[in-house]
Amino acid sequence: MSSWPILSLVTFLPLVGALFCLVVNGPKEAVDRNCRSAALLTSLATFLVSLVLWVRFDPTKASFQFEEKLDWVPALSIGYHVGIDGISLFFVLLSTLLTPICILASWESVKVRVKEYMIAFLVLETFMVGMFCALDLALFYVFFEGVLIPMFLIIGVWGGKRRVYAAFKFFLYTLLGSVLMLRAIIAVYWQVGTTDLLTAMEKLDLPFTWQCWLWLAFFASFAVKVPMWPVHTWLPDAHVEAPTAGSVILAGVLLKMGGYGFLRFSRPLVPEASQYFAPLVFGLSIVAVIYTSLVALVQEDMKKLIAYSSVAHMGFVTIGAFIMNMQSVQGSIFQMLSHGIVSAALFLCVGVVYDRMHTREIAAYGGLVHRMPRYAFTFMFFTLASVGLPGLSGFVGEFLVLVGTFKANTWVAFLATTGIILGAAYALWLYRKIVFGELTKDSLKAILDMNRREIAVFLPLVLITLWMGIYPSSFLDPMAPSVDKLIGDYQAALKLARTAALVP
Amino acid sequence: MVVGLEFWTLARPELFLAAAAMLLLIYGVVRGEVATPFISVATSVVLLVTAVLLFAPYREGMAFASLFIVDRLTATMKAMVLIGAAVAVLMSRSYFEQAKAWRFEYPVLVALATLGMMLMISANDLMSLYVGLELQSLALYVIAAFQRDSVRSTEAGVKYFVLGSVASGMLLFGASLIYGFCGGTAFVQISQALLDGKAAEFGVVVGLVFVVAGLAFKVSAVPFHMWTPDVYEGAPTPVTALFAVAPKIAAISLMVSVLMGPFKPLFPQWQQIIVVAAVLSMALGAFAALRQQNIKRLMAYSSIGNVGYVLLGLASGSEKGIQSIVFYLAIYLVMTLGVFATILMMKRRGVMVESVSDLAGLAKSQPMMAFAMLLFMFSLAGIPPLAGFWGKLYIFIAAVEANLYIPAVLGVLASVVASYYYLRIVKVMYFDEATEELDSTPFGVYRTVAFVSAILVTLFSLAPQPLSLIAASAAKGLFQ
Repeated sequence: MSSWPILSLVTFLPLVGALFCLVVNGPKEAVDRNCRSAALLTSLATFLVSLVLWVRFDPTKASFQFEEKLDWVPALSIGYHVGIDGISLFFVLLSTLLTPICILASWESVKVRVKEYMIAFLVLETFMVGMFCALDLALFYVFFEGVLIPMFLIIGVWGGKRRVYAAFKFFLYTLLGSVLMLRAIIAVYWQVGTTDLLTAMEKLDLPFTWQCWLWLAFFASFAVKVPMWPVHTWLPDAHVEAPTAGSVILAGVLLKMGGYGFLRFSRPLVPEASQYFAPLVFGLSIVAVIYTSLVALVQEDMKKLIAYSSVAHMGFVTIGAFIMNMQSVQGSIFQMLSHGIVSAALFLCVGVVYDRMHTREIAAYGGLVHRMPRYAFTFMFFTLASVGLPGLSGFVGEFLVLVGTFKANTWVAFLATTGIILGAAYALWLYRKIVFGELTKDSLKAILDMNRREIAVFLPLVLITLWMGIYPSSFLDPMAPSVDKLIGDYQAALKLARTAALVP
Repeated sequence: MVVGLEFWTLARPELFLAAAAMLLLIYGVVRGEVATPFISVATSVVLLVTAVLLFAPYREGMAFASLFIVDRLTATMKAMVLIGAAVAVLMSRSYFEQAKAWRFEYPVLVALATLGMMLMISANDLMSLYVGLELQSLALYVIAAFQRDSVRSTEAGVKYFVLGSVASGMLLFGASLIYGFCGGTAFVQISQALLDGKAAEFGVVVGLVFVVAGLAFKVSAVPFHMWTPDVYEGAPTPVTALFAVAPKIAAISLMVSVLMGPFKPLFPQWQQIIVVAAVLSMALGAFAALRQQNIKRLMAYSSIGNVGYVLLGLASGSEKGIQSIVFYLAIYLVMTLGVFATILMMKRRGVMVESVSDLAGLAKSQPMMAFAMLLFMFSLAGIPPLAGFWGKLYIFIAAVEANLYIPAVLGVLASVVASYYYLRIVKVMYFDEATEELDSTPFGVYRTVAFVSAILVTLFSLAPQPLSLIAASAAKGLFQ
């Protein structure tokens, strides 16, 4: 353990770049160029520092590492407490990885207000990383909510035609969920006298009715973020209207905040209520998996289709997060990571053709394989990863979740599996419509294949997808002790509750 | 010290302000209009010096035969009022100069109104309460109508005067009932009489209701808020800025010291009233502002909503509740001054504009001004990590600890609705295209105030601790 505050460094380093962008001045071209480079450099530097986290992370420990604890508002017992365990480690890495990719992906497509765009992304990165590191409920809330500000601007300023509607919908939906969580956080604070998560986990002991209210309040926030059916309707709008990089971050990181929240807060803080409401979560998740897959089949907009597929994939995550065995929880986390990479890549694939043709309509494409072989390969690769081809990352997560689920509840597993079949149907249908067939449309005749910058964007994602699919242990092993502890604590809490119930 | 002379030290800030205001008035009368620039600057300086005098040296106690009380709470509230008034005077000059209505009476009237506010805050007797309140109100009625050749300004002044008089009447009527039943006007006497069993008397409760109604008018809480939008819209913008901060903080402080002081034994009775007023204010502040086109009117509804949150803190009736009020008001002061500084910068070809749609495309033409406004709006909406979030958090914590679960939930829901119209301003500035650009403002008071407020609002999260300590020590004043 070093005394070097490495987590804070990862969290706040992007702000240095944002500050630079804020003060830089001069002719427009120079400012744009400087801001782009500064943003890319800072986000790459942040990524490198976050790799140090992985290298120095002790995979045998279940407890939180790299902890930092400072008084923040002692009057309210709110502290600045950060730390990561095996669960949050990879989410931090996912955030720091996707940010430079997003900045690189918007290198040419964003032409207006580049300075503000880069500032928004760097601030967003700070909030995302901070959120995954936070071990204090109030601190978590600050980061969780703070994400809304840059994201609102990213959708609203650089988005498509209906961006205002989408930005407002995104903001208000999420805010409504979040304020209820704030109410729950205050209730926790009122019970244990501090907002520190670890203390709260130990001390919080609520009657069952209270647990249920608290669980519902947390659920309101996380379910909107995941998003679960039926509060998913903001997602297709937000995805369709957001700029490519905005969609990437939305799908890649922001959706994970919900699943992460379930594992980090709902499960340990209110275990009995989590147990009680698990069937509700299963029901909603299965509806999400099947219904949104069917909805995805009839979409005409590429981004909308992928957005609905996100909802379906996240259905597996929520099922896994609420079944308490090693496989399903690990699978759920793995599925989140894999989805973070794969769906981000799919949105980038859409971005590549959108930058050239400025339309996302599926019917406007067809036969791209003749002009864009490299693109066809990349798109195929990620489509198959999304479908769950063994050897690629999507398979591992889905498989683990299904194995775990099958042990606990056969019907849930059975119904969820139909989602995989439907998933293959819409993903391959999308691929066929866009890439295969004859190149008949005149507008497509002059389309160019991916350039070097675009290859640089996709290459790391391809490698990581392969790595996660071929050797998932590098990711599963570090998280195993933490997941084990999560399950152990959870079962101990349930047992305690059961014995307490038996005593008259 | 000679008995009966403690007022020299205890009331030193007030005496200084009163003497200075009168000297400035004499100077203005003798020299005429040429003295206006000097008097306006001098008034700001005097107000700030008065704020310093509050704490150097700080002494607590009672003076003027217990009519007047000084403790940590009153001193803190006075400091906020003085800062708000000083900044408002600074922000007035260029506005009135342009409107050709810049007269030396204006700063002097602000100083006198502020003096009235300080007396209100320090009142320890229904008599001194009323005198302070009226000194404040009379000066403010004139200020609201200060732009004499503007129909809107005079209308605002008259409206404020008529409705304000009704409220004062109600307050007086309530005070007389309480005097009749409790046998005294001093807070100590009332408190003692209530503890001795007078609390059960119906007349006392009726009196309390009238007093609360009168005070609710002054803080513009629902259902006594009707004057606020009209007066905010009609009054000259710097005056609106003043109204939004100084008298509001003073009236809230008065409400706190009256309800938490002599009427503490009636807590269950007034808690109901305050909870209802709080919830209605939050709701009305959120819903009524949704369709406002005039930004000053919008800010009026926003201030009604903010008062709702403050009253929620008051309704908790606990030490933490009072802390949360002080905390909230300090943040509210900074945000509001920042917003009004930005509104005062809204000019097109030299003419002030105040419609929300005039902000269209501001992010392109004046990125810094738009960015400051964006920060204020998100802060008012209570989005972390900006300062406004902490104020709301503190209030909600106090409310939950006092078992006010339902009002607290309604409060957070109202804040979601309210965030819509704050976002709308951001949307207009950032998402819409400009029809015609606003003038850029040269460096000066407005830009400084907006800049300083924006910095404070943004960086507040780094160190919320000092303010929470100030709030804690202020609240102790009431709970010794």
